[in-house]
Amino acid sequence: MILLLLILIPLAGALLSWIAASRNVLWSRCIALASLLVNLVIVGQIWATHAATGGQWIYQYKADWVPHFGISLNLAMDGLSLLMLVLTFFLGALSVLISWKEINQRVGFFHFNLLFVLTGITGVFLTMDLFLFYFFWEMMLIPMYFLIGIWGHERREYAANKFFIFTQAGGLLMLLAILALYFIHGANTGVYTYDYFSLLHTPMQQDTARWLMLGFLIAFLVKLPAVPFHTWLPDAHTEAPTAGSVILAGLLLKTGAYGILRLVLPLFPEAAAHYAPWIMFLGVLGIIYGGMLAYAQNDLKRLIAYTSVSHMGFVLVGAFSFNTLAYEGVVMQMIAHGISTGALFIIAGALYERIHTRNIQDMGGLWSKVPVMGSATMIFVMASLGLPGLGNFVAEFLILLGSWQADRWITVFATIGLVVATAYSLRIMQKVFFGPSHQQYALPDLNKRELVIIVALVAAILLLGLHPQPVLNTSQKTDYVVR
Amino acid sequence: MLPALIPAIPFLGACILMLCWKRISRSAVTVIGCGSVGLSAVVALIVAATVASAGKQPLVQHVWQWMQVPGFAAGIDFRMDALSVVFTLVITVVGFLIHVYATGYMHDDEDYGRFFACMNLFVGAMLVLVMADNLLLLYLGWEGVGLCSYLLIGFWYKDPANNYAARKAFLVTRVGDTAMAIALFLLFQYMGTLNIQRLLQEAPVLWQKGDPAITLIALLLLGGAVGKSAQLPLQTWLPDAMAGPTPVSALIHAATMVTAGVYLIARMHVVFELSPAAQTTTAVIGAITLLMAGVSALVQTDIKRVLAYSTISQIGYMFLALGCGAWSAAIFHFVTHAFFKALLFMAAGAVIVALHHEQDMFKMGGLKKSLPAVCWVFLIGCASLTAIPFITAGFYSKDQIIWLSFAAAGGHKVYWLAAVLGALLTGMYTFRMFFLVFYGEAKTTVHRIPGPVMMVPLYILSVLTTVAGFIELPHTLGHVTLFSNWLLPVLPAVQMAQDSVVMEWLSQLASAAVALGGICLAYVWVLKRPQGMVDFLSMPGQVWLQGFWKRGWDMDALNDALIVRPFVYLSQINRKDLIDKIYTGTAQLMEMCHNLMARTQSGILRWYIMGVVLGAVAILSVLIWRLHGVV
Repeated sequence: MILLLLILIPLAGALLSWIAASRNVLWSRCIALASLLVNLVIVGQIWATHAATGGQWIYQYKADWVPHFGISLNLAMDGLSLLMLVLTFFLGALSVLISWKEINQRVGFFHFNLLFVLTGITGVFLTMDLFLFYFFWEMMLIPMYFLIGIWGHERREYAANKFFIFTQAGGLLMLLAILALYFIHGANTGVYTYDYFSLLHTPMQQDTARWLMLGFLIAFLVKLPAVPFHTWLPDAHTEAPTAGSVILAGLLLKTGAYGILRLVLPLFPEAAAHYAPWIMFLGVLGIIYGGMLAYAQNDLKRLIAYTSVSHMGFVLVGAFSFNTLAYEGVVMQMIAHGISTGALFIIAGALYERIHTRNIQDMGGLWSKVPVMGSATMIFVMASLGLPGLGNFVAEFLILLGSWQADRWITVFATIGLVVATAYSLRIMQKVFFGPSHQQYALPDLNKRELVIIVALVAAILLLGLHPQPVLNTSQKTDYVVR
Repeated sequence: MLPALIPAIPFLGACILMLCWKRISRSAVTVIGCGSVGLSAVVALIVAATVASAGKQPLVQHVWQWMQVPGFAAGIDFRMDALSVVFTLVITVVGFLIHVYATGYMHDDEDYGRFFACMNLFVGAMLVLVMADNLLLLYLGWEGVGLCSYLLIGFWYKDPANNYAARKAFLVTRVGDTAMAIALFLLFQYMGTLNIQRLLQEAPVLWQKGDPAITLIALLLLGGAVGKSAQLPLQTWLPDAMAGPTPVSALIHAATMVTAGVYLIARMHVVFELSPAAQTTTAVIGAITLLMAGVSALVQTDIKRVLAYSTISQIGYMFLALGCGAWSAAIFHFVTHAFFKALLFMAAGAVIVALHHEQDMFKMGGLKKSLPAVCWVFLIGCASLTAIPFITAGFYSKDQIIWLSFAAAGGHKVYWLAAVLGALLTGMYTFRMFFLVFYGEAKTTVHRIPGPVMMVPLYILSVLTTVAGFIELPHTLGHVTLFSNWLLPVLPAVQMAQDSVVMEWLSQLASAAVALGGICLAYVWVLKRPQGMVDFLSMPGQVWLQGFWKRGWDMDALNDALIVRPFVYLSQINRKDLIDKIYTGTAQLMEMCHNLMARTQSGILRWYIMGVVLGAVAILSVLIWRLHGVV
């Protein structure tokens, strides 16, 4: 029941904040924030009490929905889901906070969309019914489309359309694969169901399994994103409002990684292993190609967007290494990247609010004016290049340690990716905060609200880097596919 | 006393300073900045005494579990053994002196607090590096000092040149770090742990001497060491790193961080002993680097760049010693080098400040009269660097390396020759610098005489520079082995191939003679016959050669051409992402087709009829052709 609540609270918050906005904009913001904080407290409570004890599944909830077609409201939470939900509500609450002053038009509808996306994401992380999974998967899409298309920057419509088409195309392939799986399972066993646990060990031909796996995989590769399906991402991230960028980078990309861990690997272990070398190659290609693209950008948000391509390459490399070390690293990477890249987008947004440009060639020498912002950026830039002591290092190190056992050359090139990461990360600091100031901007440093956000993120990334054990312990409760 | 306190106190200082240096007074910053390192030095001394009194039994402390997953665990674990004690003491004591000096040097800087925050952070990270009980924690310290080096080289961030230097330092060392990371993966793959003690115990069981796997591991570790310690081919960042404030150069780029590579190799000596090929590589890299950097130091005009190349060269000596298996000799040279190079840098800093941040030696001169105290301490440093016999610490440490590069089991005549030649170069460049700065005619006026807060650390270091040598004396002169005995539980004694006292005398005589000869050459060159030198240098070919050496053998240009420019070029031409062109191209194609088709919908009836007729004709002809084919 508590799992259902986790989905219903943001949904109710979405509707309420939309309605409330017509009376008072502040109410709308408060309702949105409150509903997410309530959820954050709930999942925090679950994490504190249940994570260490009990079996794999912390909570399960099952109710019939369309029994005739074997569709049920089947929710379950294990370590992986729990961690993803903590991240979701943490970043969700911060997204409301960063939009406090940035969004002034159609505030109610904005919060409706924001919470609706988060509802979809929550659903994706909780559902154990493939039909429902697809339902929530699509549910994330439309509000995000509006978030980019309405509150975005100059080329918002182009970016929103591109985002929609890419994700939708990938989603359709997944739908086909889900339906095929449904019918194959039904034909073989006589039980027509979308239940994840029943479908886990569907007997089928090797070729069929490989085709179906590709169907799922492409949907998730688009979302992750992996090269060569990544080109929607820089546009969408750049054009979205700050909250949109944070949710895109911090959460939506993670649904792709989650899908791979939850569906692709357990449903089709043999097929996944068969294609693993190629997929790892795509991952390492993304690490280096994305890093080089990031290095070349002058638009700050676009630069950060491409770093996501690079970092998600690690997820791909780790997920297809088939060992525990790498899986632990992947989960860490999902969380750490969500926080560090989210923070970088928040800073880019705060800068844009102040100087109305995203072009780093027009910036420079800002350190003397906004030292607090500069220090915060330094921390997250260091996280992004994998400095030990910050969360991303734990993630990347575990991934590489694990993938080394699977494929040495892939790992070598992925490690070289860390040098590329150094190049683009330091370029951010150099162009934005160091050097002479070209323009005489008058800009205030972080205000109290922004400070609260940044301090929360800094604390999170430091904790993840120095004491990642709670996360690692929780993630170990998930049953990964190991060979 | 707990070992963990030693790095924890500077970290705490760094945190306090970072959070509130703007809100507290300058003197409070001074107290926190210097006090934390001083306190850490006191704790380090107590811990060292504990280790010593416990019969050199190492102190191990588990602070907390860093990460633990099935099959792999790494803790925040510290271990104080003889080797760590040596490094810890040098870092905290010399670090403290440099901090005190910096309060004078940086006195007028507006970012005084930020400076000390970064310095404290550095000391903490460096201590983690040398006290870590597992390689992952060592790696944390390793990267942490890299970060601080980056922050402090680019401390005066308004000048883009400083930022480029900082970025270069970070990037170049990161290349080495990548090699080191891969070494960690390999070690973990074979041994299932990154705990240093277990690695050292199990490596000889697992591998035969000369096994390709262990050679690969050793070479990769060497890659990391080469990057951090600015050895060939990754040495190019260190001369540029002089863009940072002088106390930074003294602390990070002379006394401590750049010797991290020496520490790593000494710490992992078992791995290197198992791989003769890697040891030879280490020695050869050391020998070539010490010569190349020595020659480069000879032609520099910037006083700090002379010292930078000198540092590269002296670390070359340490690598040479490590490569020959003379572990404790390398560490001994690290200790004396930390003293005299910190002394030289800080004395040079006193000169630089006195002359309003003038660093060009050719614009100095005759400072003996106006800065007599600085002149004296600088002379003591120079004497030690040149290894003037008997009275300097540098003599005892360097002489030991020169002798062992020939006499140790891993030694070779060629190494010895390189080391002696290097000693000649050292004498020349050191005293060329000394004479240029303090003798000759005065070219500038002194603006500011350094106060006691800057001078007292220099006096203390002068004393240390002189007496530190007496803890380890060669066979021929008293035979004191306090230092190598202290390290014996960690680092094995050197294996000798030659044990002849006569040969040792000869070697010592040779090295003493070339050092003094180098000074004489410098004297003639700079003071006695400067005109002759000018004539010689303007000979054809000389000008180019000088420039070539001054630019550090054009290694920068080589790196630029081979790595930097291709990378930048590739990423620039792909700024718009070629892959995106496939998608946008498809979209454009669709739109083109759409436009083409849309044209047919023109509303002109004649065209429509024409279309219907043509279509009918086409279908009919196909049908007829098909039927005809069947018939």
